[in-house]
Amino acid sequence: MSAFLDMGGYAAFVWPAYLVTLAVLVLNIIWARKSLARALQAARRRTAAAGEDS
Amino acid sequence: MRWTWFHRLASPPYLYALAARLTPWFAWPAALLILGGLYAGLVLAPPDYQQGEGFRIIYVHVPSAWMSLMVYVTMGVAAAVGLIWRMKIAHAVAASCAPIGASFTVVALVTGALYGKPMWGTWWEWDPRLTSELILLFLYLGFMGLRAGFDDTQRADRSGALLAIVGMVNVPIIHYSVIWWNSLHQAPSVMRFGKPAMPPAMLVPLLVLLLGFTLFFAAVLLVRVRAEILQRERATRWIGETLRA
Repeated sequence: MSAFLDMGGYAAFVWPAYLVTLAVLVLNIIWARKSLARALQAARRRTAAAGEDS
Repeated sequence: MRWTWFHRLASPPYLYALAARLTPWFAWPAALLILGGLYAGLVLAPPDYQQGEGFRIIYVHVPSAWMSLMVYVTMGVAAAVGLIWRMKIAHAVAASCAPIGASFTVVALVTGALYGKPMWGTWWEWDPRLTSELILLFLYLGFMGLRAGFDDTQRADRSGALLAIVGMVNVPIIHYSVIWWNSLHQAPSVMRFGKPAMPPAMLVPLLVLLLGFTLFFAAVLLVRVRAEILQRERATRWIGETLRA
């Protein structure tokens, strides 16, 4: 296991590279879902307001 | 020729519903392929005879670099379609591509630096490949900044589209930079004529990851396009009807 973590002496380069990639993958999911949630919320607010007017 | 599918795709309510239905079909295979591919790249693939275990960075670097280019081409084509056929939805797709592409360009640059340091002895060099990839990042950021500068969506769409289309010239420059110029960066080992320069045990995890990242892009794009559509169609009736349903 420790040999695996050591990555033949390249641990300081391999693991940060994987970490950054995973972080951006996860962030992309979070950002996309957030922008959809925000747009949905705004649309719901507008339709509710429009409902009151009519 | 039947163009009905194209016209239906241009209809916001149709595309909104379709995007919602399609997302899981891309997201789950993407998750499986990426997790499987990363495991295979880290554990199953044999070490490289020159670069040892350090070569495993390739499994995150190449898919990110692929994303940075593929997303840009998608963005440029969508922008061109939007400009030529005055298709609002195509502009929504182009606008949705930019943050995804920019983020993976950053990953390609960062993992490239982490790859370059042990292999070349430097984090960064003003090398044709590295410089053109950095320009790609500026193109993405420029596209987003330019769009953000307009209050009017239509004008943002048109100006952004022009920038995205002109920026397309950078794509072949990045790809061929390692062949045209004497670059520090190694030549392509997968996307080249003839056989890939890798044994199958190394190549398969990479191909799995390339497919996984591509499907991941599709899934994230579909979510972002829905947000874009909701925002652009805020004055229309179907949104209220869809939300109440």
